Amino acid sequence: MLFFENISVAIAGLKANKMRSLLTMLGIIIGITSVIIIFIVGNSVTKGFSKILTEAGADTIEVVVLPKNTKNLYNIDDNVREMNEKDLITKDMLNQFKEEYKDKVVGLVQAESVYGDSMDGKGTVTRDNVVSKVQIRGYSKDYYKYFGNRTKMVQGRGFLDRDYAEGKRVCLVADKLVERAFRGDKDAAIGSEIEVNMNGVYYTYHIVGIYEYSRDGIDIGGTTSDPENPTTEIRIPYETARIANHAQNEGTQYIDVVVDSEVDGQAFAPEIRDYFNVKYYAKNDAYNVVVISMADQVQEFTSMFDMVKIAFLGVAAISLLVGSIGVTNIMLVSVTERTKEIGTRKALGATNKSIRLQFITEAIVICFIGGAVGVFLGITAGTALLNLLPMDLEPAIDATGIIISVLISVAVGIIAGYSPANRAAKLNPIDALRYE
Amino acid sequence: MEGKTILDLRDIHKSFFIGTPNEFEVLHGVNFTVKEGEFVSIVGQSGSGKSTLMNIIGALDQPTAGEYTLDGVDIEKAKDHELSALRNKKIGFVFQTYNLIARTSALKNVELPMMYAGMGRRARNERAKELLESVGMSDRMMHKPDELSGGQKQRVAIARAMANDPAIILADEPTGALDSATGRLIMDIFHKLHEEQGKTIVLITHSPELSMETERIITLKDGSITGESKGTWQGLQAKEVK
Repeated sequence: MLFFENISVAIAGLKANKMRSLLTMLGIIIGITSVIIIFIVGNSVTKGFSKILTEAGADTIEVVVLPKNTKNLYNIDDNVREMNEKDLITKDMLNQFKEEYKDKVVGLVQAESVYGDSMDGKGTVTRDNVVSKVQIRGYSKDYYKYFGNRTKMVQGRGFLDRDYAEGKRVCLVADKLVERAFRGDKDAAIGSEIEVNMNGVYYTYHIVGIYEYSRDGIDIGGTTSDPENPTTEIRIPYETARIANHAQNEGTQYIDVVVDSEVDGQAFAPEIRDYFNVKYYAKNDAYNVVVISMADQVQEFTSMFDMVKIAFLGVAAISLLVGSIGVTNIMLVSVTERTKEIGTRKALGATNKSIRLQFITEAIVICFIGGAVGVFLGITAGTALLNLLPMDLEPAIDATGIIISVLISVAVGIIAGYSPANRAAKLNPIDALRYE
Repeated sequence: MEGKTILDLRDIHKSFFIGTPNEFEVLHGVNFTVKEGEFVSIVGQSGSGKSTLMNIIGALDQPTAGEYTLDGVDIEKAKDHELSALRNKKIGFVFQTYNLIARTSALKNVELPMMYAGMGRRARNERAKELLESVGMSDRMMHKPDELSGGQKQRVAIARAMANDPAIILADEPTGALDSATGRLIMDIFHKLHEEQGKTIVLITHSPELSMETERIITLKDGSITGESKGTWQGLQAKEVK
């Protein structure tokens, strides 16, 4: 029961020296805030990635034509001549590749945006004076075949083989767009023509289906800023997009190779790279093929993210160290200030043990309160930080992080408080009583 | 009054080490006993060794040589934590400067020795209230020390000293920081405790006048007992009749 007495004595002491207590807690607060931020951002990003990976289903390998000495996507050499048609991957190359690896490769996913004259690829649809933001993106048939679970149809039909083959001007629109442009009337929307203004260039498509708008995922860009009027995708067949871009006879810079679920994508990726580079890019002076498996990509991001984590952990460790020194210091001051009280307590029968416990409890209370404030600030700051990231992530606040933070605070309290508490415990009662 | 012996000091020596090669002896063989229910004063000038003697009686310090038995317990053999328990249960300290714990109510101050004794929350709360009532502080139990006057603080301190019903109350210049009227009030409380409850009280003072109020006066000079005499106190009743 001494425990509760000690806590109430400690809290009374903190109240009496509010400013001093707050300043002492600052290091602990910053340290624990950093720890919580790491946990929240780390968990959210990891969760976000695993969601993407599970949604993807099969492993995919990106095949990209890039300058020859490119080491990774974040560091592309730009002192290279501009890319021309001869550098691109042609349809024939793709057909031969599929034939060569028909046991391992199940599909090729291609996607292309229609930009018009607009550099950012953002366009508008205006109906009944309501302006909605859209972008036009073409996806190949395999996209719906292998990533079908990313798109939920609400009404109407998907694309037909003929739509792809002939590059028909048909489209799927998001239910969000129907809400704005057609006042939610889905029946009226299906079968209608929709006119998209890409910064002065107009494209017209025939709506055949409506899909469910999703905020999730990385591949739908820039949608978080305005939830009322998000940028939705007008989805058209890949071939239609190529025609709109006047590129139907050209090659492509970028494809996603979908591999059989039995195949280890990370091991297969270099084989694909070597196939293309030996066969087609050996004589190319500037460009070759680079491959990135989904696992590679996750690994790359994770290792970058680990650096950020280490930096934050460093901040946390230094703050906690400085904080604990601050707590030790203030506890020494407290012991000195209360020497006479310690003497009195000893005269009244307090054992060395109970005096030691009293001061350690006081240090723990300081650190615990600092830790609690840190947890609160960390959750607030971590959630805010997630919104700044280009991904749409659910903040993942788990009990483990909070429990660990609280344990760290208590541990810092014990470590920081031990030596001052011990000094108090070992005070000679006569000297302590005589102290003025 | 023929009761059992509470304090028994035999040939108590105490020296302090004050740097090579000197040992400074403060007490040169002090002998005296105090029986249950006695009100004794130890009087001496500053430097007479009375503080050192008080520390030894109060189990705050141990003698260099000699035997000291407190209510049947050998002090010179006791370990640190045993001394703590002795101070807690057998001795009630009343200090010149009150020594109440700041930021803690009068009630909590009185509860403190009982808390260290391991008494339950409710029991010690009840006892603390009774004790404060007995010293006339029942209407100020929730006040903190800095909200109390000197006399009030000393009354709380006396209530605290009584908390674990100690074998002796050891009062060190209890009126030293008070004006004479308030000092009188405090002394009357001691007399009341002694006469009505039969408490054994040892009063340490430099004032011969104050010591005259006790039954027995032990005079200490230069670390030795130089005399013992009887006080002139007539009892509380007698005083009121005057």
